[in-house]
Amino acid sequence: MKFLKAIVAVGLMAASTSAFAADITGAGATFPFPVYSKWADAYKKETGNGLNYQSIGSGAGIKQIQAKTVTFGATDAPLKAEQLEKDGLVQWPMVMGAIVPVVNLEGIASGELVLSGELLADIYLGKVTKWDDAAIVKLNPKLKLPSAAITVVRRSDGSGTTFNFTDYLAKASPDWKTKVGMGTAVEWPVGVGAKGNEGVAGNISQTKNAIGYVEYAYAKQNKLTYAGMINKAGKTVQPTVASFQAAASNADWAKAPGYYVILTDQPGDASWPITAATFILMHKVPADKAASAEAIKFFTWAFEKGDKMAEELDYIPMPEPVVKLIEKTWSADIKS
Amino acid sequence: MADMAVQSSSMEAAGPYDRAKALSAFKFGDQAFYWITRLCAMSVLLLLGGIILSLIAGAWPAMKEYGLAFLWTQRWAPANDPPVLGALGPIYGTLVTSVIAMAIAIPVGLGIAIFLTELCPQWLRRPIGMAIELLAGIPSIIYGMWGFFVLGPYLADHVQPFMIATFEGVPVLGTIFAGPPSYLSLFNAALILAIMVLPFITSISVDVFKTVPPVLKEAAYGVGCTTWEVVRNVVIPYTKVGVIGGIMLALGRALGETMAVTFIIGNSFRISGSLFGPGTTISAAIASEFAESDGLHQSALILLGLLLFVLTFFVLSGARLMLMRLEKKAGN
Repeated sequence: MKFLKAIVAVGLMAASTSAFAADITGAGATFPFPVYSKWADAYKKETGNGLNYQSIGSGAGIKQIQAKTVTFGATDAPLKAEQLEKDGLVQWPMVMGAIVPVVNLEGIASGELVLSGELLADIYLGKVTKWDDAAIVKLNPKLKLPSAAITVVRRSDGSGTTFNFTDYLAKASPDWKTKVGMGTAVEWPVGVGAKGNEGVAGNISQTKNAIGYVEYAYAKQNKLTYAGMINKAGKTVQPTVASFQAAASNADWAKAPGYYVILTDQPGDASWPITAATFILMHKVPADKAASAEAIKFFTWAFEKGDKMAEELDYIPMPEPVVKLIEKTWSADIKS
Repeated sequence: MADMAVQSSSMEAAGPYDRAKALSAFKFGDQAFYWITRLCAMSVLLLLGGIILSLIAGAWPAMKEYGLAFLWTQRWAPANDPPVLGALGPIYGTLVTSVIAMAIAIPVGLGIAIFLTELCPQWLRRPIGMAIELLAGIPSIIYGMWGFFVLGPYLADHVQPFMIATFEGVPVLGTIFAGPPSYLSLFNAALILAIMVLPFITSISVDVFKTVPPVLKEAAYGVGCTTWEVVRNVVIPYTKVGVIGGIMLALGRALGETMAVTFIIGNSFRISGSLFGPGTTISAAIASEFAESDGLHQSALILLGLLLFVLTFFVLSGARLMLMRLEKKAGN
């Protein structure tokens, strides 16, 4: 009997200490996983409080927060304001990234090839099938393009990357909008599918004359050849932190309910056209108020001290005015 | 069990041997044993029933929405409003890759098994046998990566161009083996599957071939049969039930294999006339899209899972039926 009591006591103690440490749990998008885990690591060192983030995909993250099994959810495809209202959720952009078209073309270096949104859509629609097609040559008169078939590579799994990429194609090409549309998984007219950003990156580096799209960080880490783009203002831009930030600051965050802004095809001479933010979801009235408050503390810390870490991983921090706006949202909407 | 031991020892201590009591204790033990094993067996049925029911419950919205047309609709457009979803592409890919895989793996696997048991010199037996066991032990993701980085590019650069050139202009075959070469294709996925299921066929066949009584083979050799004749007329007929069992196990794996196929098949829902085009299988489609799916899309993926279940069920019951018929024939 004594023994049993001892076990119960130890069990209770273990339970209470773990509750005390109040590890914040989050789940969702795979795209921000590297930066969230880096932040969590640094935060733990500084404060002793841990954060457990499961990168299970945007859709799954939305489901987890709706089911209240996590403190926060993360998604690359933002929820519309009325959906947020229905589920009693608050949403804000946490960090940004960009999507770049990548190619495997002999003798062509990063940034040399220039594409437009419409052309990219035509390639993904299967209308432009060869690298020496007149439409590509017209934009790249100086390049020596091979007379080879274009191997189109895209994501096979549903993903926020695909959501933002197809959103851009739909904005740039009416044909794409009616025939394919936008979403985390769409009805691809042509091409082979690969799983994850790393799958697409692997495919591109393996296949000659291939084109694909990946998060900028993946293109950089895998040393893939990226293409420049012609943006909404008609200017040719290269994927750089400056061009991504230009797109973000040109977006009108203040007027968007629930921060529902998709950063693709933003105005501005310097804006990279396929920029994307990744979002955090939390309950307005959280079930576990302590954990929720802890999470907000973490996000505040990340906005204040996490910028450099994000940049090291090729993410783009949210611009200062947007952070101010978000912090106002927290104090107004989240009850803790 | 422990109770029984305690009871019997206490009985001994009680002194005079009570036969009736001992017997009833044995009877109780027997009964308990019967019920425990029966419960274990029943739990399988319960589990299976539970899985089927939850699959049906999950697939119900998609069944209601798409009906039987789901089976022959080729479009897969989850982003449409409402989503247009059909299973023809994955079903086609599953069947084509499995059939090709089996067409390659059955003759090769049986060939290895026959060589190992009938013709192989003693010193070569162990290395080959172990190589096959090892082949079975490689995780499927490793097969996938190997297919992606090594086999796929090799096929696309050397094998496919040759086949395309050979069959060009030939009716039917010309369409089946039409270019351009690609290392993400139905053909490559089928080849990887063939390699993956090979050890199943081989090791089971080797095991059953070993059960053939030597006296039967010796008698056949004694009347002047060649090795081929012995295999054809003695070994195979004697072991066909076991061999077919191995083939069915292999087919089951080929139908359900996910990771390796997802890596190398190209994951396209469109049906391509050429084997060198990309395709998808039921399990690859589910693995790719499930995490980010919801609503009807997810329900349709669960329905795909149910279809795979049904497909496998039919294949296995078909095999049972065939075995029964074979046994009947043998009986006559």
